[in-house]
This record gives sequence, C-alpha cells and structure tokens, in this order.
Amino acid sequence: MTELLKRILPTVQKPARYTGGEFNEIKKNLEDIRVRVAFCFPDTYEIGMSNVGMRILYGVMNEMDGVWCERVFTPWGDMEQAMKENSLPLWALESQDPVKDFDMIGFTIGYEMSYSNILNMLRLAEVPLHASQRHGLRNMVFAGGVCTFNPEPLADFVDFFSLGEGEESTVEIISLYDKAKQESWSKEQFLQEAAKIDGVYVPSFYRHEYNEDGTLAAIVPLNGAPKTITKRIIENLDKSYYPTKMIVPSTEIVHDRANLEVFRGCIRGCRFCQAGFSCRPVRKKSPDLLYRQAVETLENSGINEITLSSLSTSDYRGLRELTDEMIPYCEQNRVSLSVPSLRADNFSRELMDRLQTVRKSGLTFAPEAGTQRLRDVINKNLTEDEILTTCANAFAGGWSNVKLYFMLGLPTETDEDVLGIAELVYKVIQAWKENAVNRKRGLRVHVATAYFVPKPHTPFQWEKQITPEEYLRRCKLLKSHFYSKSVEYDYHAPDLSRLEAVFARGDRRLGPVIEEATKNGAKLDGWDEYFNNSYWLDAFEKCGIDPDFYTVRGYSEDEILPWDPIDVGVSKKFLLRERKQAYAGLVTPDCRHGCAGCGANKLLKEALCDA
Amino acid sequence: MPRLLFEKTGNAIYISHLDLMRLFQRAFKRAGLPLTHTHGYNPRPSVSIALPLSVGVESHCELLDFDLVGEQISCEEICSRLNSALVDGVRILSVYDSGAKIKNLSLLDCKVTLEYDNGVDPSAVSQIEALFQQESLLMEKHSKNGTKEQDIIPMIRSLSVSLQDANTVVLDARICCQNPTLNPAQLTGAIERYLPALSPSFSSCCRMEIYDLEGNIFR
Repeated sequence: MTELLKRILPTVQKPARYTGGEFNEIKKNLEDIRVRVAFCFPDTYEIGMSNVGMRILYGVMNEMDGVWCERVFTPWGDMEQAMKENSLPLWALESQDPVKDFDMIGFTIGYEMSYSNILNMLRLAEVPLHASQRHGLRNMVFAGGVCTFNPEPLADFVDFFSLGEGEESTVEIISLYDKAKQESWSKEQFLQEAAKIDGVYVPSFYRHEYNEDGTLAAIVPLNGAPKTITKRIIENLDKSYYPTKMIVPSTEIVHDRANLEVFRGCIRGCRFCQAGFSCRPVRKKSPDLLYRQAVETLENSGINEITLSSLSTSDYRGLRELTDEMIPYCEQNRVSLSVPSLRADNFSRELMDRLQTVRKSGLTFAPEAGTQRLRDVINKNLTEDEILTTCANAFAGGWSNVKLYFMLGLPTETDEDVLGIAELVYKVIQAWKENAVNRKRGLRVHVATAYFVPKPHTPFQWEKQITPEEYLRRCKLLKSHFYSKSVEYDYHAPDLSRLEAVFARGDRRLGPVIEEATKNGAKLDGWDEYFNNSYWLDAFEKCGIDPDFYTVRGYSEDEILPWDPIDVGVSKKFLLRERKQAYAGLVTPDCRHGCAGCGANKLLKEALCDA
Repeated sequence: MPRLLFEKTGNAIYISHLDLMRLFQRAFKRAGLPLTHTHGYNPRPSVSIALPLSVGVESHCELLDFDLVGEQISCEEICSRLNSALVDGVRILSVYDSGAKIKNLSLLDCKVTLEYDNGVDPSAVSQIEALFQQESLLMEKHSKNGTKEQDIIPMIRSLSVSLQDANTVVLDARICCQNPTLNPAQLTGAIERYLPALSPSFSSCCRMEIYDLEGNIFR
C-alpha cells in the first residue's frame, strides 16, 4: 500500500472496503501474467461484493492461465474527494495498482442509475472517457450485465459489450485479447475479430440515423458487422464453472452470505419483468451438484448463511430434493438456509415451516397490482385468494408482519386499480383479526409502491411511463384510503424511476447527458445521500434532450428501437402478442402449462428448454 | 475458557471490532473448530475480544476468549489450524487453556509515531517531554453523557520521547487501558491542542504489550 493511501484510510468511513486482502482473494505473480483485467462494479464494495455474477466471472477469469482479474468498486464520496485532493488514481484491490495500468477494464452493469459511476470511475482512474479517445489495446473497456441488453446510452464510452451469460464468452474474449497483445494488433483489428465472437457487440460498428421527429430511421452495420447480436447462454449449467471458493469479505456487505444459483430463466412471464424474459430459456442445475457446491462453499468460507437464488425459487423442480438434503446439513452446522421469492403455494408454506431459521417477522408479497383485472394485464399469477390464505395461515402461526409491494403507473391502470390496493390491504387486516393468535402484539402491514419503469425486451417495452405528477397523484389518492394505524405506506420518489426509464430505453444521444450530469456532480445515484435530480435535469437541458421523449411519449410498434439489433432469444413477435393479450386482460399461463412460444428455446442447441 | 493472543497488523488494522469478531467466527469454522454458542433467543458463537481496538490501530497484544464444542484439541493444533484459515495481518501468536481475569487488565504499552513531512522541529522532543511532565493536562473526553474535560496525566505511568529520524518522533508510553481508560490517540491530541506548532502531518499508533496493575505482563 502506498504511504498516501495509508494516510487517507484512517480519515474515511469503512476503510476496510478499500484494502483488499480478504480470505480467498486471488493474488498472482505478475511475472506469469500476460493479461491484467480490472473488473469494475459501478457501485460500492458492499453492493458489488454481494453480486453473484461478479463472483462467478472473477473466478472464471482467474482460472485462466496468464490472466489476473482484480476487483474495483466505486469509492464512497469521502474517499472520492480524498483521491481527488491527493491526485490518487483509482486502484484495484488485489495488487493496489492503478487501474490505468491494466490491459482490460470490464464493467458489470445491473442498474441504469449506476451509469454515472461508470464515468466517474473511468475519470478517477485517469482513463479517457470516450472509446474514440483510447487508442491501442491498453485500457480496453468492455461491459456486460442485464443493462447491456440496451447498451446504447453507453455506446460512446465502452469499446465493446459482452451480451448474456459470460462464463464462456469472457474466456473467448480474453484469449483473443491475449493473442492480440502478443501479436501487437491495432485496436481496430482486435475489435474486428472480437465482433466475430458470438454475443460481442461493438457499438462503433453501427451508425444510428434519426428521423426529424427524433425516432430512429436506421441502424446501419459497418465493417461487415452482424445485423443482430444474439446473447450468450450456458446450455448445461451442471458442466459450467461455479465458484466454491468465494471471497469472504472482512467487512459487512449487504448480502453477507453464500449463494447457490439453482436455475436460470423464468417460467412466469410477468409482463413488466425484464429478467423474466431476457434470462430465458429455463435451465436447471441438478440438486446433487448443488448440494455438493453448497457444502464446499460453506466449508471454504466459514459463512453461516446460504441462500437458494433464482428468479422464482419455488419453480425449481428439484427444490424438495435439494432442501431435504440441505436442511439437515444446515441444522447440524448451524447454517441458516434462506429461500427467497417463494410463491404462496402449499409446498412453500410447508417448506417455510421446515426452515426454522425463518424469523417470525418476514412475510413478503409482491402482488404488484391491486385488482385481479390489472394483475391479469401484467400476467402476475398471484390471486387474492392465495395472498389471503397464506396470510391467514401465517397469522395463525404467529406472524404479525406483512410486506406488500405494488407498482403504480402500470398500463391500463385506473383509479379503481389504485384503490384496489387499499381494499386488498383491508382484507389482509381482516384476515389478521380473524386468525391472529396474539392480537395484543399488533399487526404491521408495510405497503410500498414503486413507479412503473417500462423495460426493453418485455411486452411493455413500447409503453408510456406516466408523468411524475400523475404518479404522485395516484400515491396520494392511495394514501388517503388507508385508515388503519397498522398500515405503513411508503412510495418511491419519482425522480429516480423517471431517469431509470429514460436510460433503460435510451439511445446513443444520451451519452453526452451522462457525461454532462457527472460533470455537474452526479454520482452514486442509487444512494439518497448523493442523488440530485437537478444535476440530470441541467444536463438534459444543456444537451437539448427532452427526457419525456423516452418516458411519457411511448414507443410505437413500427418504430425502430435502439435495442433492436440485440436478440435475447425472445422474439419481438411474441412480445407483441403478449402486449395484445395484456390489453385484452388475458393471462398467458406459465411455461409449465404449455409453451407459449417465446422463441428463447432457439438458443439451445443440444438440450430442450427445461420449463 | 481458552484464550489466544493475536496481532493485528498491515491491512488488517482497518477491520473494525465487530467485523473482526465475525472474521474470527468464520475462521474458526473454516479451521474445522466449531465454537459453542450462547444460549438465548439469538444464539451467537462464543468469541470475545478483550479491549476493542480502534480502526487504524496496530496491535501485537490482542486477547480473544473462545470456547470449542467437542473433544480436546491441543493448543498448538488450534494455533496452526487457525493461522492457515486467517487473513494476512491477523496472526495468532499463542493459544492457552485459560488466562487471567480480564478485569485485572490495567496497563498498556503503546507506541505513537508522529510524522513531520517538513522535518522535525529541533526543539520538538524537549517541548513534547515538557508537555507530558506537567502536573495536569486537560483533554476533552466525549462520552454518551456529553463532553467533559479530563486530566490525562494520572493515566500516563511513563512516557518517553525520541527522535526516530529527521521526519519522525516516537512516543513510548505506558498508560491505563481499563478503569480508567486513556485512548492513546489523546496523546497526539494533547500535542495538537497545546503545541499546535508541533501538530504532526500524520500520526499512527500501535499497542505493544499489556500488563496488570502491578506491571506484570497480562495473559
């Protein structure tokens, strides 16, 4: 560690997040290294270290001979300021070497509102922001993660994107870079070759042309670049790399536990959910392998909590088999097993009882909409009956705390739907009155509403977002209909979700806006301490961009969409059909009740979709 | 209850007290040394560290009490297994079956390093020596009940000042570390308050050894 850093560390909050040195961190001898990768997570250490994708790819890259992948996170504001005052460039945790000395700089991006952090990290690293300003192979900036399914807002800054699951493609990309470096290729030559790797998208190989009304007129591939880029998937998860030697953080992180990913994809098809469509097709891991990986991970880390993760863990076919093996092991070894996102079905209720570690406080539902009509529109197959039955059982079992999550501003939503939320909450309170074993303890119903953000690659990708004013009106309307003291109602402030909507469906013209906003001071936008909407509004104004174009306007079905060249497997035809079904108020049954023909199975060459 | 002596150096000095407890709990688990748990509504692994150490302070004399489930494992075995399950900077120096009562831990030798980027003032050593030879030296003490002035001289048993090099002054002090407690950072604080011209560019602190009230090494 440098003398300078030694002096700065005692002056900042939680200094342990800047030092590295955790158990299972990977260190290598620089003499054996040909390619150094700075793997950047555009948020704080506590968030990034909880990210499963990062844990996997860190392991994948470090398994490679001659490659050393190190971690970089966004410094908190106090550290950022100290770095600026002392001209200390951003460093990677493992070697403490400056990021600007690295060959490749990779970002994993899961949240649109971390775009400011990406630019700020490049600035702090003293790496030129624009792809066009970086010449040669050094500091090749690439990015992946769910946000890159519409990578356009970042097109100016990122040399290439790696779309979809990275276990295999990352190896191919880095091997190509290794070759390029040994043979002293130009950057252009490397990008030309990289674009031939499936799933790699080089934004500078596409020209975007616009109509007078601001919509896209054409996306023109240059240099023989492919017209569409199809995301990568891992066909057989059982044969794929999974890290069982996770880095054990020395300081507390948000999800301070081991993680077992049980399957990928989703059978549900909630029409607002980006992950539900863009992570298809469904592929599972075998319970036997998962159990072995769980035990190995727990023994290698000493961590005493493990979570079974996926988009909808109740839908994992091997859940009974896996939990039958896991529960005795966990009990014996004092490990708490958590199974999030369970559905309100019988097996899940029974499982909840078997998981002794479930605290009697947490019961969370996400009905998303207040009326059955609107739940049918969004295809959220959770009925009022299921919610109330589960609540009644839980209250009878001693629970006294319920959380209910909704969205406001969903397509076709009326005031009746908004008030439906209040009605549902009222029924939950009634269920408690009828079933509670200990009424003296009281009931807490926590209701939260989020502002609907239409996302690319979903049936709602064309939808309008309601205005922030209208959203707030609906929040207040709802609030005025909660009469019980047991209800605690929170609504998300609209500014951040509006920006999220802009960048989720944004195009290349937003690059200057991000740059300008960060010049104004935008950083750590996901954190209340730092989010300042005026930095962004000023940037839109200065760049002559109307954010409403991306939000309240809505996109027409025959319009060219910025993310059209990107194929996540699910066809546009299917999304349009689902949109029609939504407007007709018709549900599409989950994939286990018959394939709806989303198209994602075409990504599988050897296996079948396991929905 | 068995006890171990460990040191905390290098990058590990930035790990907070609570994080260090968690780190040890996990290290015991990785080493295949299951800890007993406290009884009660929320059972916790039984490890406890004698004197919480401030973030950024190095130490060569930390004590941790622990209790293992199951058959007897030799102290040497525990020591070597734990050391291979720990991070750089946290190192077990010795493990023994039981130790002195923590309430008898009274005195601490600490070393405070004062760095002066523009060189040490020629009179610095004598000025600092004179400062700590005064009859009393009032410093602000912050506590739950607010801030009050406290005389730190009675808590300093001995203190010597030496010039380490052209840019560094070192204080070696034996101070009270329990009932009452003097935070060694107060020594630098006193210099900054009463000899502002000698405020260091940077100061750091290290715990060297601990003693009981009679000055016997405490284990």
